[in-house]
Amino acid sequence: MNELVFFINKVLISGTVLGSVYALGAVGITLIFGILRFAHFAHGDLMTLGAFVSFILASIATSLGIQTFWPNGFIILPFAMVITAGLALGIDRGFYQPLRARGVKPVTLLIASIGVTLMIQGLIRLFAGVRTRSFFEEVPKELFRLDMSVIGASRPLVISEPQILLVASTLAAVIALHLFLTRSRLGKGMRAMADNADLARVSGINTRHVIRATWVIAGALASLAGTMLALDVTLKPDLAFNIILPIFAAAIVGGLGHAYGAIAGGFLVGFAETLSVFNWSVLLRPFKGLLPEGWSFPSDLSIVPTEYKLTVAFVILVVVLLVRPTGLFKGASS
Amino acid sequence: MMGRALVLYVALFGLLLGVGMVMGAPFTVRLSVEAAAFALIALGLNIQWGYGGLFNFGVMGFLMVGGFAVTFISVPLNMDFWNSQGPFMLAKVLAAAAIGAALIVWVNRWKVTGRKKRVAQVAAWVLAYLIYRSQIDPAADYIEANAGFVGGLGLPVVVGWAFGGLLAAGVAFIIGKICLGLRTDYLAIATIGISEIIRALIKNMDWLTKGTLTVSPLPWPVPKPQELQEFRFDVSQSFIWSRAAFGILVVAVAVGALVLAQRAYGGPWGRMMRAIRDNHVAAAAMGKNVKARQLELFVFGSVLIGIGGAILTSFAQIFDPGGYQPINHTFVIWVMLIVGGSGNNVGAMFGGVFIYVVWVMSEPASQALFTTLSSWSADFGLGAIPEIESRALQMRVFVLGLVITLALRFAPKGLIPEVIKRPVAETQEKAVAVRS
Repeated sequence: MNELVFFINKVLISGTVLGSVYALGAVGITLIFGILRFAHFAHGDLMTLGAFVSFILASIATSLGIQTFWPNGFIILPFAMVITAGLALGIDRGFYQPLRARGVKPVTLLIASIGVTLMIQGLIRLFAGVRTRSFFEEVPKELFRLDMSVIGASRPLVISEPQILLVASTLAAVIALHLFLTRSRLGKGMRAMADNADLARVSGINTRHVIRATWVIAGALASLAGTMLALDVTLKPDLAFNIILPIFAAAIVGGLGHAYGAIAGGFLVGFAETLSVFNWSVLLRPFKGLLPEGWSFPSDLSIVPTEYKLTVAFVILVVVLLVRPTGLFKGASS
Repeated sequence: MMGRALVLYVALFGLLLGVGMVMGAPFTVRLSVEAAAFALIALGLNIQWGYGGLFNFGVMGFLMVGGFAVTFISVPLNMDFWNSQGPFMLAKVLAAAAIGAALIVWVNRWKVTGRKKRVAQVAAWVLAYLIYRSQIDPAADYIEANAGFVGGLGLPVVVGWAFGGLLAAGVAFIIGKICLGLRTDYLAIATIGISEIIRALIKNMDWLTKGTLTVSPLPWPVPKPQELQEFRFDVSQSFIWSRAAFGILVVAVAVGALVLAQRAYGGPWGRMMRAIRDNHVAAAAMGKNVKARQLELFVFGSVLIGIGGAILTSFAQIFDPGGYQPINHTFVIWVMLIVGGSGNNVGAMFGGVFIYVVWVMSEPASQALFTTLSSWSADFGLGAIPEIESRALQMRVFVLGLVITLALRFAPKGLIPEVIKRPVAETQEKAVAVRS
């Protein structure tokens, strides 16, 4: 059953991890699109920024001698999320609000978000340099190896501590978001504004508060996603800029503006990536005995070569845009 | 308005002279040649966005297509490939691709509708992909193992530039055909996705493009500096003259494109395009075929972008698919267009040259700034700034972001804005002025 364990390691675990990151990013993008009606390209760099904020806080915590059961990059997360939310508000105040006040078209806001992307990236590279860093320079990353001899496998199931934390915190964030959107006054107002901004305004919803709440949520989730991604892999200036398109793919698959769709879309894109580069021939190996003498399964049965992993997300993005631009799941509202 | 453009162009010339004084003539000539190519690319984007409101965020993809085209045309023949089984295997690949395409087209023409057809279409795509993969995989492995890559055709470089435009036009036609129905921001996301797909393909099709191993040196349409040095030019002089000769060619292409674009834009065709951009519903009601006209613009613009990409690649003498980045090859061109003035050809080209100079010069400028700051901070006992050189290189990304932000805030129409002629309104204004 080693093959099954290999499948779980390569597809299920890495797909879930990837999907969680995409989902957290896509929720932010989709909320901003729903409320402000523009594609926020700087979201990837907001994630990177959040990761760097966490890194600084974690370094401070380490230098103060704080050492707990959890990695330092994780325990400072609440503070990092607050700070990044504040930064997101500041970015909106400084760059998008003046343009909105002038009543520009959404396209101009999109171009402005490109400008923000460039400035954030430039500043991060200016102060942090281009080298890669790790949250685990002093303490090693904990790996859990689950013994799978129960099902007759000799190889263990491998999952790292950051990966477990990532999935758990994604779950927590999704539940919190759900409660916020369905139970709180502000959350309901947010859904109303996403549905119809003018109607929301005349019904007495304070659209300014809603916009502010949107940026706070988007910033906090971006910080969470960026930090968890950096904990899982490494921290570098183009950490999330490289995955902004898969995140957009996730948001579009779920239907721009639909928070729940974005979460589903994130996992869908994540799994699509891992499934399509997985070598399916591995799963056929136990059945080799069934073949006639002299026959064998092809050694490589992956759907696309590994180097096209990210390309899968782009193809999904383009195909969904063309075939069903409203997203795969209609009806859900946010 | 003409006066303003003239003043700005003179100032730009002065800026280039200033750069020349500081950085030396060979550097400045190189900068100018590249800037001229970027002006051509910005003009191409202006045709798409300025004339038509088509949000093409896939400029990088078209630049890569142009770069590949000139590489394929101008690099000498690779006899290892032509003497091997390679051409035969590639012919089989082409046949497989044709069979796959025929299959898809055949299924698309079925009279059945609904779910059945959807399933059949998906099945056709999957089958076509399998047929193609069954031929391309062995062919690619064989060519990479025996010949490296397919090599080029050994034709003149200028033919390669033209082919760059042609190939970009073909790609643009396909993309436009499937994408142009999308709304603005969706179109942006779709085109950026497609350009990433193009990048992944060109980067990983080692048998065709040599991938990240890069192809170099690429030939020039004019004698290279090394050839001039054999002809009793000293080193500095040879670089200046050779690059200048190249530059004259590029400027000729750019000015030619500008003249054609201006004539088209000033005529009925241009008016129709503006009408479609400003209100496509009204234009459609007047009997204009909006989608076909937009496709036209998308293809025309992409031709210029493809030629520009080809020129840049052959000037750099290296085709490196790994060197293409959305920031350096898509975003920067958007900044050029917005700052220069979208909807105005002269403005777009001004933006192309100006922003390229800013982009390149922000590195040495910030290096100088940091060195000064560093010596101050050292004087104050705060210590010097570490890693000045690598940090200065990163400043240009920040400067670019700052420029576009400032432009959107304070000059949203660009430095040389679009000229909107409204004869009726003008005469009314004059009448009002006379009366009062």
